[in-house]
Amino acid sequence: MSKRSAAVPKKSPATSRAASPATTKAVREKPSAGSVSTLSKEISRRAYRTMLEARLLEEKLAALYRSGKIVGGVFLGRGQEALSVALGVHLRRGDVYAPLIRDQAGRLAFGDTILDTLRTYLGSSLGSMRGRDGNIHRGRPSEGYHAMISHLGAMVSTVCGGLMAKRFRGEKGAVGATCIGEGGTSTGSFHEGMNMAAVEKLPIVVVVANNQFSYSTPNDRQFACADLMARAAAYGVAGRRAVGNDLIDCLEVIGIAVSAARAGEGPQLVVADLLRLVGHGEHDDASYIPAALKKSPLGEDCLELARKSLVEKGWLSEKEASEWHKEVEKEVDETASKVLREPAPDPSEEDWNAFSVLGRGDG
Amino acid sequence: MSGSTSITYLEAIRLAQQKALAEDPRVFIYGQDIGGFGGAFKATKNLAKEFPGRVLDSPISEDAMVGLAIGAAVEGMRPIVEMQFADFSTCGFNQIVNQAATLHYRTGTPCPLVVRLPSGGTPGSGPFHSQSMEAIYAHYPGIVVMTPATVEDAYTMLLEAIALDDPVIFCEHKFLYYHLKAEKLPEVALPFGKARITRPGRDATVVAYGAMVHESLAAAEELSQDGYDIEVVDLRTVRPIDTDTILASVARTGRLLVVSEAWPWGGVASEVIARVATEGFGLLDAPPQRLNAKETPVPYHPALWGTHRPTASTVANSLRQLLEL
Repeated sequence: MSKRSAAVPKKSPATSRAASPATTKAVREKPSAGSVSTLSKEISRRAYRTMLEARLLEEKLAALYRSGKIVGGVFLGRGQEALSVALGVHLRRGDVYAPLIRDQAGRLAFGDTILDTLRTYLGSSLGSMRGRDGNIHRGRPSEGYHAMISHLGAMVSTVCGGLMAKRFRGEKGAVGATCIGEGGTSTGSFHEGMNMAAVEKLPIVVVVANNQFSYSTPNDRQFACADLMARAAAYGVAGRRAVGNDLIDCLEVIGIAVSAARAGEGPQLVVADLLRLVGHGEHDDASYIPAALKKSPLGEDCLELARKSLVEKGWLSEKEASEWHKEVEKEVDETASKVLREPAPDPSEEDWNAFSVLGRGDG
Repeated sequence: MSGSTSITYLEAIRLAQQKALAEDPRVFIYGQDIGGFGGAFKATKNLAKEFPGRVLDSPISEDAMVGLAIGAAVEGMRPIVEMQFADFSTCGFNQIVNQAATLHYRTGTPCPLVVRLPSGGTPGSGPFHSQSMEAIYAHYPGIVVMTPATVEDAYTMLLEAIALDDPVIFCEHKFLYYHLKAEKLPEVALPFGKARITRPGRDATVVAYGAMVHESLAAAEELSQDGYDIEVVDLRTVRPIDTDTILASVARTGRLLVVSEAWPWGGVASEVIARVATEGFGLLDAPPQRLNAKETPVPYHPALWGTHRPTASTVANSLRQLLEL
C-alpha cells in the first residue's frame, strides 16, 4: 500500500484534513479486506503503453484540430494520463465505466480504440457515434461504456444505475467507475450521485482529478473546504488519496479502491492532485495557470515520470520505451490517414429519428 | 385484471405496476416514500412488501433518481421512477432531457424507462404541487409523453409505457386519482399513440387530454341541450400526437377548440392548432381556438384555482363563441 493512500474511516474525518493535499501524508489506516495491492510489472507496463497511446493520439488530435480537420473542440488529458489509465486498467469486462473529458488513457485501457476515437473526432459515419455526437462524447452504453453528457456530475448516478441493475440480477463482482474534475464536485448532480451511491452501498469508484483549475477558475473560487478528501467522510464512503502525476502511486491507490469496491466495501472516493498541462481545450492557451505552479512538482509530466520510474524498477528499458513510441506513433498516423478517407455522415441517409421506432418522431 | 369492486384511476396505476412487477423481473420502482409507506398518494401501496427489494425509497434526489434509472435501463432493466409531484421533475430535468432523451439517437442504445408525474391541479395545491409539465417534455425529441384521462387508459397506458423502448413521461392526473372509477380493467387497449374519439359529434371538435377531457365532455353535454353536437377527442398521448385523428375530426366538424390545463405559450394546444392550420387549413370553417390556464403560477385558493384552469363552464363559453364564428 502506498504511503500516501489511506482509507478514511467514516467516523474520523480528521484524518483527511490537510492544507496542502499533495504533500500531506494522510494517516494510514489498517488495510481493509479488499485492500490488496495489485501493482505488478505487467499492469504497470500496460498502463505506460496506454498512456503513451493516449498522449500520441491526443497530439494527433490537436494537430488535426489546428489544421481544420476536426470541428468543434478537442479536449486533451495531457497531465492526467497516469490517473486516468490507473482506473481504466483496473476495470474489466462487465464493469461499468463513465469516463469524463480527460480520460483518453482510461478509455483506451477499458477497451476503446485509437480507431474509434479518431472516427468520433473526425465524424466518420463508421464510428460508434456516426457523426451524431463527437469528441469526448462517445461510448457503447450497452457494453458498460457510458457516453458522457456535458453536464457535470450527471454520470455518477448513471453508473449507480448500471450497478443497481447488476444487483437486481444477482450479478456479483462488477464495479462501476467514473472520474470528475474538482470543479464538477460543486454540482448538485455530483452530490446527489455520491449520496445515492453511499445510501445504496454500491461498488463504485469515483476519482476526483483535482487539476487546480476548472477551465480558468481556481480552486479558491470553487470550494471552501480545506481538502476535497473531507467529502468522503461526509458522504460516509471510503476516501483515498493518490499523487496524480505518479503512475505507480495512482495504480496502487486506485487498484486498492477498485478491489475494495469489488469486495463489497461500498463506494470509494479517490482524490488526486495534479496539473492540467494544456488548456481546457485546444482553443485555450491556459495563460491563467501561474508559471510557478507549472514548475512545481504538480507540474511534472506524468508520462516522463512514469517512464523513469518503470526504468528504475527495471520493468521497462529506455530502448523499449523508444520502440513503443515509434510503434504507437505509426499506428496513430496510419489510423488517422485511414479515417480521413472514411465517409462523412450523409444527411440524406440519416433517419432523423430520436425514437427507437422509426416514424415515431414525426408525431 | 378485473374485479367487481370499483377501481379508481389511482388504483389502476397501482395495479398496472403490480402486474408489471409480477410479470417482468426487469421492472423496479424508485422514488421518494414509495417503499413501506406506499407513496405520497399510495400509488405503490403494499408493493414493497409484495415485491421485496424492487420498490425502493430513494433519497430526495430527483436528478440522481433519473440518472440511476437511465443507468439501469441501459443495463437492460425497466425502471419506473415516481416523482412525488410532477413539479419536482424540474430537479431531474437535466437527466430526462439531456441524457435519457438523447441516448438512443447518440449511441443506438435504447433507454426504456418511465417517469411517473403526478400532474395537474387540485384545490389548495398551489404553485408547486399543481403543474402540468407535458409540453416541456414533449418539446424534446426522444421522449414519449402520455396523458391518460380514464381509469382504463391509466392502466393500459402505464403497462404500454413500461413495455416501450423509449423513455416515457407518464403524466397521471391527480384530480382524476379519486374522482374516476371503473368497474373493471380492460384486457385490450387502443394502439400506441392513437387518440380516442370519446364523444362523436358534427358541429365542433374539442381536442383535450387529461382532466380536461372530462371538463370538455361536461361542456359538450351542456351544449347538447341547445341542440349542438360536439365531438370530443382525447389525445391520450401528446407525443407522438395523433394528427390523423384530429384532422379527420376537424374534417367532419369544420371547427376546432383545443383545451389544455397547461399554460398556452408553446404548449400542446398551440401544437395541435399549428398542425391543423398547416395541414388542414382548408377543413376549417372558423379560426381554430384554444382555451388554456391563465398565465400566472397556479394559485392556491380554490376560488382562484377554479378560475385559473379551464372548466366545463368556460369550455362551454368558448364553444358557444366558436360556433358563432
